[in-house]
Amino acid sequence: MLQKNSMTPSNKEIEDKETVIEFRNVSKHFPGSRFAAVNRLNLKIREGEFITILGSSGCGKTTLLKLVNRLYEPDEGEILLFGEPIHKKNPVELRRGIGYVIQQIGLFPHMTIEENVAVVPNLLKWEKKKVANRVDELLSLVGLDPDEYKKRYPSQLSGGQQQRVGLARALAVEPKIMLLDEPFGALDAITRTVLQEELVKIHQGLQKTFLFVTHDINEAIKLGSRVIVMNEGRILQFATPKEIVQNPKDPFVEQLIRSAREQEKLWEELL
Amino acid sequence: MGGTVVIEYLLKHYDDLLIALWEHIQLLALTLFFSLLIAGALTVASIYMPKLGEILIQIFSVLYSVPSIALFAILIPVTGLGRTTAVIVLTAYNQYLLLRNFISGLFGVDPAVTEAASGLGMSKMQVLLKIRIPLAKKALFTGIQLAAVSTIGIGTIASMIHAGGLGTILFDGLRTLNVYKIVAGSVLSAGLALLVDGIFKCLEKKQ
Repeated sequence: MLQKNSMTPSNKEIEDKETVIEFRNVSKHFPGSRFAAVNRLNLKIREGEFITILGSSGCGKTTLLKLVNRLYEPDEGEILLFGEPIHKKNPVELRRGIGYVIQQIGLFPHMTIEENVAVVPNLLKWEKKKVANRVDELLSLVGLDPDEYKKRYPSQLSGGQQQRVGLARALAVEPKIMLLDEPFGALDAITRTVLQEELVKIHQGLQKTFLFVTHDINEAIKLGSRVIVMNEGRILQFATPKEIVQNPKDPFVEQLIRSAREQEKLWEELL
Repeated sequence: MGGTVVIEYLLKHYDDLLIALWEHIQLLALTLFFSLLIAGALTVASIYMPKLGEILIQIFSVLYSVPSIALFAILIPVTGLGRTTAVIVLTAYNQYLLLRNFISGLFGVDPAVTEAASGLGMSKMQVLLKIRIPLAKKALFTGIQLAAVSTIGIGTIASMIHAGGLGTILFDGLRTLNVYKIVAGSVLSAGLALLVDGIFKCLEKKQ
């Protein structure tokens, strides 16, 4: 039933790749909150990995993501991209090199699909012809016919189609890192499954590093080459899906897996 | 009685009326120019410091509640009688109308959209120019429209401090109990307000 991301690597393979994202003792605490959203986090992500970050709402997974593109600044510690600390970079330029997709999609309602996808290339002042070609290429990549959709406005598209555009917009200038914050969270089950599979294909075709936040354990295990399980600002386990399912290292992880299994049982009983 | 006499009055004094109307339009244009300049700068500052926006709106709302005659009187020792004082007071009144509409409109844009914009690598200024302003156009327009109409209205009172305009006709009429002058002054200022309002509505539809 679950089609696994065939990219699942061995530990040896992971070790050999270049470190793309590194968290060194990073903490972020929001005023008025009981615990730190991110609590002394250490983390190394290698090139080409598809990392899923799993946790219930409020566990700090979105905060972790937003620390990477500096929408949030850490209270403590430092984050390195390709070995360079990000706090020394201009946040605006940093973000142009990182793809960002959010659950609410956030397409610009006053711009056509074409203009939406072309936002970052235009910020970088690409020449017109190059932008037009890139828009066509990207829309085809995310499964939308450019001639049919280019001139439409976001409100004329379904939720699933809008998120395809969101994905195309984030991929526009070939970012080496993609941050995806529950991108399929608001879509119906069928659309979500189709988009999950296409996302895996896109990832395999492009060799980028993906960080994908979700609260759905099935999604996390299906998509991730490695999975980070988070709770109350801490990483409980960071391992391949197989390892997590076979050797859950924490009662919370165990409970997560058990609840997913129970759901599956429900299905089997009905069949 | 009325009709023919009013027309007779208009024919006899049309040059005075036109001068007053022209002065009023000048007062409006000057006030709008400075109002937009200042409100624009304060709005941009508020984008960088959201707290500032809140404070400014509070201050200008208090100022807005001060009667115009009192405000004119306060300024006379400083800037004297005449148009300068009128423009300053009218500009100060407009700040409340403009800032309230500008700031609530610009900050009312869907946060998912602005977050996506900054997440993609737009600077605060680019988010303002490319995203917030086009999406808040209606609120921005409403603010300017309100400010223009209110300036035309309060502007009549500015004639009391020798700033000219349609108020001179109106208050002359009141002082000499000349009904025709009162009617002419009121109709012209109301007509100007309607005209300006209409122009804004047309512009807004065109967008």
